[in-house]
Amino acid sequence: MEPIREIRSKTLVLPNDDIDTDQIIPARFLTTTTRQGLGKNLFNDWRYDKDGRERPEFVLNKPENRGSKVLVAGNNFGCGSSREHAPWALLDFGIRAVVSTEIADIFRANSLKNGLLPVIVDKETHRWLLGNPGADVVVDLETTTLLANGRRVPFPIDRFSRYCLMNGIDQLGFLLEQNEAIARYEREHA
Amino acid sequence: MPSLFEKIWGSHVVVPETDDTPAVLYIDLHLLHEVTTPQAFDVLRARGLRVRRPERCLATLDHSTPTVPVKTLKELEIVSEPSAAKQVRQMEQNCKDFGIELHGYGSRDRGIVHVMGPELGATHPGATIVCGDSHTSTHGAFGALAFGIGTTEVGHVLATQCLLQRRPKTLAINVTGQLPADVTAKDLILKIIGTIGVGGGTGYVLEYRGEAIRALSMEQRMTVCNMSIEAGARAGLVAPDDTTYEYMAGRPLAPQGAAWDAALKRWRALPSDSDAEFDKEVEIDVSKMRPMVTFGTNPGMVIPIDAAVPSDGDPAFRKALAYMQVEAGKPMLGKPVDVVFIGSCTNGRLSDIREAARVLRGRRVADRVRLLVVPGSAAVKRQAEAEGLDEVVRAAGGEWREPGCSMCIGMNGDTVPSGKLAVSTSNRNFEGRQGAGARTVLASPVTAAAAAIKGAIADPRELVS
Ligand code: SF4
Repeated sequence: MEPIREIRSKTLVLPNDDIDTDQIIPARFLTTTTRQGLGKNLFNDWRYDKDGRERPEFVLNKPENRGSKVLVAGNNFGCGSSREHAPWALLDFGIRAVVSTEIADIFRANSLKNGLLPVIVDKETHRWLLGNPGADVVVDLETTTLLANGRRVPFPIDRFSRYCLMNGIDQLGFLLEQNEAIARYEREHA
Repeated sequence: MPSLFEKIWGSHVVVPETDDTPAVLYIDLHLLHEVTTPQAFDVLRARGLRVRRPERCLATLDHSTPTVPVKTLKELEIVSEPSAAKQVRQMEQNCKDFGIELHGYGSRDRGIVHVMGPELGATHPGATIVCGDSHTSTHGAFGALAFGIGTTEVGHVLATQCLLQRRPKTLAINVTGQLPADVTAKDLILKIIGTIGVGGGTGYVLEYRGEAIRALSMEQRMTVCNMSIEAGARAGLVAPDDTTYEYMAGRPLAPQGAAWDAALKRWRALPSDSDAEFDKEVEIDVSKMRPMVTFGTNPGMVIPIDAAVPSDGDPAFRKALAYMQVEAGKPMLGKPVDVVFIGSCTNGRLSDIREAARVLRGRRVADRVRLLVVPGSAAVKRQAEAEGLDEVVRAAGGEWREPGCSMCIGMNGDTVPSGKLAVSTSNRNFEGRQGAGARTVLASPVTAAAAAIKGAIADPRELVS
């Protein structure tokens, strides 16, 4: 995994609360055996009409939003299923951070393992971000702050996940190093 | 002092958590299915790793597996989407390559992973159980700490039998009063989700407590725990008791003989101590409850069957009503229904099919409705057929299918057509969950069966005596 220090981008705003993983990537696209190529179906049913044409009014399809790496979404983003295809689809599309007031547990855990940053901010910052689509922001992992509207707002992130993300370390390596402790546990609980 | 959760957590910590690192948590049982595992096995291959404890894995085919009656895998491929068929084949290959037993197509045990595990006796009180599936919370009905994980974590568990976890907080759901007759476990969990909200359990492990919970059968407790994730909680627990042990005794993967006696002793010490503390507690009185139906596009948008759809100026709320084609101030009762689906890991067990059959027996499904009844597992199917329930479904004009996830997820050929309204016993009414453009109303098996007969959303209490 590539080390991550900061993400600079304009924001893309989807204000709805409770955006679930079935919206992020509908189940019928999960009959895949790889991680790649899901970006084209990101938010599929909101993004395309019945004939597969892009709906020009949907935020992801607007020319000024192409290339945005930071998605600002309503409360409780990523609820629903455990499909890791959701962060894979976002990343494949080019999203590197998701900002909300609450992000669902499994989605957050999956995101952290793939280099997609879940950024949880206070209501006031969130309201400003929702009201100012296209704002320039910086997600700074070094200082764990979001720079928006000229203010730095701290966001919580598990220290271990941050360390892994900043150093491009994958967590499986760390777990494998625990082999001795795991073997001891297994002997004691056999 | 410790709660049920704390006891399970404490006995599975391999390395305690610190500020810098999460806990290394040992996993007793790893359930696997075809959709969320292929990329995990690829990681093992790429890194030259083996599966640490293949005997702690239990694998099946359920999600992308069609439920039309075919006998062989070859026939199955003919009715499958090529990509779905590939997933099924890859699951077989992965299990073979890594020495994992697969309850595959044609197996007597195959079923939706959360129906099959408990049925085989693989779900034990006090155990840690994970699966690349958010409804793993179902197994919490036995007092097991069971939660869904992503595919990367599936790889972690395959390789190390452990997960890196921060300890979640605890939320006690104290359910007081007795459930009225003809109000089911499904209605109860919908009510709980409606009360605490779809994000109300985020960051918590739930423990369902109180007399109404104690009175539930194991299958009903599974229905409740199943939908913990719909309240945002990764896991939901019910303390084990005699109901649990009676259900488990004699099942093939439950401990036997002296091991059973020893296990019983351990399990009896699991329930939360009377002075256990929770990070948060919620009280819900169910004595005046009525059957529940959802009206919107998440499971928290739920009302009693005879109530009117509420109004709310929030744009997302209005968008949900527009999608569902329902109007604020009007009841859901009487809304015409196109499809009825009875099945899934929420309500695809024998007792659910019996409940539905109580309504269907001697009646005909309304002309406009397609009724699909899909047993949760091969064992449920056999038992239901032994009781003649398949005949009840067919005689009413419904379809009786092979086990699988079916219309719960719409990735196996069973879908609700765009714009059509389905009453479904599954767990998610998200936009398009049952097929692009499909509109879903979540309800219990009796409410679903009543809708099939009436051709419209109906109060099941009028049809069951
Ligand atoms: S029945 Fe539905 S919710 Fe349950 S495991 Fe299958 S797809 Fe998931």
